[in-house]
Amino acid sequence: MLPEIGQFTLILACVLSFLQMVYPLYGVQTGHQGAIRSARILTILQFIAVAFSFAILAYSFLINDFTIGYIATNSNSAMPWYFRLSAVWGAHEGSLLLWVFLLSGWSIAVALMSKRLPIESVARVLAVLGLLSFGFYLFVILTSNPFERTLPYFPIDGRDLNPLLQDFGLVIHPPMLYMGYVGFSVAFAFAIAALLEGRLDSAWAKWSRPWTMAAWVFLTVGIALGSWWAYYELGWGGWWFWDPVENASFMPWLAGTALIHSLAVSEKRGVFKSWTVLLALSAFSLSLLGTFLVRSGVLVSVHAFASDPTRGLFILGFLVLVIGGSLLLYAIQASKVKSRGRYELASRESMLLINNILLIAALIVVLLGTLLPLVHKEIGLGSISIGEPFFNRMFTILIVPFSLFLGVGSLFRWKRQQLNDLKKPLSLILILSVLSTIAFLFVFAPFLTWLAVLGTFLGFWIIVAVVYEIYLRSTHRHAFSKGVMKLGNSHWAMSLGHLGLAVIIIGITMTQNFSIEKDIKLAVGDHITFEHYDFHFDQVKPLNGPNYTGTVGIFTVKQDQKQIAVMKAEKRLYTVQRMPMTEAAIDAGITRDLYIAMGEQLPDGAWAVRIYYKPFIRWIWLGPLIMAFGGILMMCDRRYRSKKENADQDPMTTDKEGTENA
Amino acid sequence: MNPRRKKRLLITSSLIAGLSLAIGLTLYALQQNIDLFYTPNEILNGKNETGEKPEIGQRLRIGGMVLNGSVQRNPESLKVSFDLIDNKAGQVTVYFDGILPDLFREGQGIVAQGVLKSENSIEAFEVLAKHDEEYMPPEVAEALKGMEHLKTESELAK
Repeated sequence: MLPEIGQFTLILACVLSFLQMVYPLYGVQTGHQGAIRSARILTILQFIAVAFSFAILAYSFLINDFTIGYIATNSNSAMPWYFRLSAVWGAHEGSLLLWVFLLSGWSIAVALMSKRLPIESVARVLAVLGLLSFGFYLFVILTSNPFERTLPYFPIDGRDLNPLLQDFGLVIHPPMLYMGYVGFSVAFAFAIAALLEGRLDSAWAKWSRPWTMAAWVFLTVGIALGSWWAYYELGWGGWWFWDPVENASFMPWLAGTALIHSLAVSEKRGVFKSWTVLLALSAFSLSLLGTFLVRSGVLVSVHAFASDPTRGLFILGFLVLVIGGSLLLYAIQASKVKSRGRYELASRESMLLINNILLIAALIVVLLGTLLPLVHKEIGLGSISIGEPFFNRMFTILIVPFSLFLGVGSLFRWKRQQLNDLKKPLSLILILSVLSTIAFLFVFAPFLTWLAVLGTFLGFWIIVAVVYEIYLRSTHRHAFSKGVMKLGNSHWAMSLGHLGLAVIIIGITMTQNFSIEKDIKLAVGDHITFEHYDFHFDQVKPLNGPNYTGTVGIFTVKQDQKQIAVMKAEKRLYTVQRMPMTEAAIDAGITRDLYIAMGEQLPDGAWAVRIYYKPFIRWIWLGPLIMAFGGILMMCDRRYRSKKENADQDPMTTDKEGTENA
Repeated sequence: MNPRRKKRLLITSSLIAGLSLAIGLTLYALQQNIDLFYTPNEILNGKNETGEKPEIGQRLRIGGMVLNGSVQRNPESLKVSFDLIDNKAGQVTVYFDGILPDLFREGQGIVAQGVLKSENSIEAFEVLAKHDEEYMPPEVAEALKGMEHLKTESELAK
């Protein structure tokens, strides 16, 4: 009975979202106040309905209701409860339900937290969100119903979740990523609403900024979690594979990063407006494209697409409708948008323009590398794959100007910068960053490569520039200690975001250049030594988990004769799907990770073992966390809080200060 | 020319120059890194679509089924070799030095990435067997069409 109720409330939510799309727009057109006001109520009702439906699916997973087909294929009663819960979004149907659930979560957040906005604007925004929700509800209900029953012949136990996904990473990675994906729908809705209204002013940029930032923070954390998960779960120690599924999440991130920068310009200076709108439309369109690529099955297998063409075609149709429709609206309305401000070639505006150009270039590289194999195959030229070296090389090239300009950019003034004034600070930054690079490499690098020097320099160039800029800004009017307290949250946010990137760059540089990877054959009692580390293969023990069996290899690690860790690398066999899995043993540290993964047992009883030494790999995930923290700080900035008294004055004063101090 | 136009000209021309440079570099990098996919038969007799045969030393991807009984290991190291077959007459030997993926088995479809060493052998630097038993790369599935009798044990057990 429960699943039917879940299905029913899902349909109810679908109907409500349709009303949420139509009624407020009708109200705005005719000036009918009741209809305008209904937007909020309908959004809240829609959220309650879908939340109820989601809760029922989650509950059914917990109580092992294998009469539901989706649960029977993706769960098993031997799984611990938390994996049964996260299995809700372990496959297609459930993850789409999660998607619409989160979408309605964002909608209700907009409905409740934008009391300060004109009620007509809110109504328009909610109507656009209603349209998106409606499309996805239809998709779930018509093609991917998670509540479908297997009655009357239901299995006694489920077929288990893919073992790769039975992991803490999966509990949080998809929801985070989806929060990011779906969050861009708010920026999208704001942009569409503004285009419908034909009014794009700084207020628009100001409203949509914290929302965009929130989505970006989630996406950043989600991608970092995914990379971390791939590192420890896939068993070969890589952190990014340029896999189409990864690229699908990286593209909206690039567009979103460009968007938060260009929104800043639109808010503060009133320029780049139509470009910002275009970015807002692109960020969400790329999220949709990502969903299409991952969910339609075109990527995994062309056959999956053909075997269930309704799903792929539905998303494709929706994609074309949303992207096409929004671009059409943009084409009609964008000419009405006038950017007032003027700026010189040497100005912060130009610097941010360069930032955007480089980010879009990176986006195009990823888009090309992801879609070309599909196109190539479809036009009958045979299948190809685009190797990692392509992406790596392109990003190595792009990151150089990006970091250099990033370091300089925040020193530029808005509107106009006398280049002569920058000579002194720039030479200082250059000297300091070269010195730091030398010191850093002297301590941590066993040998030198050109790329290592370049990468480390770029990282320190950014760090030094950021610190110097904070120093300059705080000593502008006050003593340093007083001035540094007066820096606004937004300023700290910017600095942290940039520092995060520097941390990532250094992490990637060190990992890519100085990792040691040994694939060797070891028998119990053997040992291998490198880089002051000695790995001794102590013994192999049997392993018994709730829904798997296997073996665990135990290693003692010594550094310069001193024991530092006992590492346990597992080889699991998940009993239901008869699927082997490697659980790597990782001894994590801020400057290096030690990584052991068991391969197969060879005919003579010895084991194939992977032993890695990965310097600074943690920094690759530390960086995004710093960035995300910066983003959260920015959302807490006074100007975005919905206090009435702040509303009128604050933006002006902060703006002025920002402009003059910059 | 008035200064404003001059500025615009400067911006536009530098944009165009930068853009064409970027596109040129991208296409060059792309060309270097496109790995064509071959089946064992295509390695020996040329691609189905174009009839082109791969050259020795070329980077490529190959997909096929691991021939039963063909896996040979070097007792001293992790070096291993095995033969890949498809639904036509192709048979190609793959040499690999490293750890084979968890799902690598005789009779299983796999994809290898590597360099063509001689007419019928490949030095692989990566061997992939996908992490899902039911999933077979589409290219491999196509190459193996009609070879149902070679099903793996686990598939037969289902």
